[in-house]
Amino acid sequence: MALDQSYIGRTYPPSEPYEVGREKIREFAAAIGDDHPVYRDPQAAAALGYDDVIAPPTFAIVVSARVGAQVVFDEELGLDYSRVVHGEQRFVHNRPIRAGDRLVGVLTVDNIRSAAGNDILSTRVEIGTEAGEPVATAYSTLVARGPDRES
Amino acid sequence: MPAIVNYDDVQVGTELSPASFPVRRVDLVRYAGASGDFNVIHWNQRVARAVGLPDVIAHGMLTMAEVGRVITDWTGDPGSVVEYGVRFIKPVVVPDDDAGATIEVTAVVGAKLDDRRVRVDLIASSAGEKVLAMARAVVQLA
Repeated sequence: MALDQSYIGRTYPPSEPYEVGREKIREFAAAIGDDHPVYRDPQAAAALGYDDVIAPPTFAIVVSARVGAQVVFDEELGLDYSRVVHGEQRFVHNRPIRAGDRLVGVLTVDNIRSAAGNDILSTRVEIGTEAGEPVATAYSTLVARGPDRES
Repeated sequence: MPAIVNYDDVQVGTELSPASFPVRRVDLVRYAGASGDFNVIHWNQRVARAVGLPDVIAHGMLTMAEVGRVITDWTGDPGSVVEYGVRFIKPVVVPDDDAGATIEVTAVVGAKLDDRRVRVDLIASSAGEKVLAMARAVVQLA
């Protein structure tokens, strides 16, 4: 099913703040099997010059996916999430996300297209603090695989 | 943001230490919980097959995170990753056994950039096939 092209260029209002917790960072680091102390120990983080424990570079997806859900799960867009796989992902970091950050995300739909029977949705989430400091930008492309495709 | 690797000690072609990462079903469950990505294809074989996948597949973001560890283990400072992007070209298929899948990663410095930054080019494979394309990071060195 083709997606609603009228979503291209749409920008959403800033999300509710996501508060980054130390335990959430530890949980995420454990889930990717990374035992680096900068994710767990404030003193180790301080030794690298950080005010508190920082998050792994791909932790930004935890924030950006929540923000992106506004369009991904919008029934009027028409994306079949059970057929969705991740196509591309890119992060640009202004600085590491750290415990205590209260992050808001602004979602923009960059592109919607069809290729080889697949629906392809490209979004951008600009993540910053409540105070307006830019922290990271997450660029995501999701692919809803066409029903006739076996791969 | 001090990094342990000095820009002046790095050349185009400098290889980072390769690594391999196991990905078992339990790792997918743990990642689902930690990340909040509960897409059924990452934990339910019946649904994965019904939508045309060979079996349960790993979260692309878990693969991306593991591959990125080659960089953060190299610099010693995860905050050194300024930019990191990948294209997912093949799923990492995770069988329901104790071994699971394995992701093999190699990485090389592809370019020296301004501001004491380098571009690192990454190659990731599972079951003998490349799973990522255009896997690149911009890394701040000391």
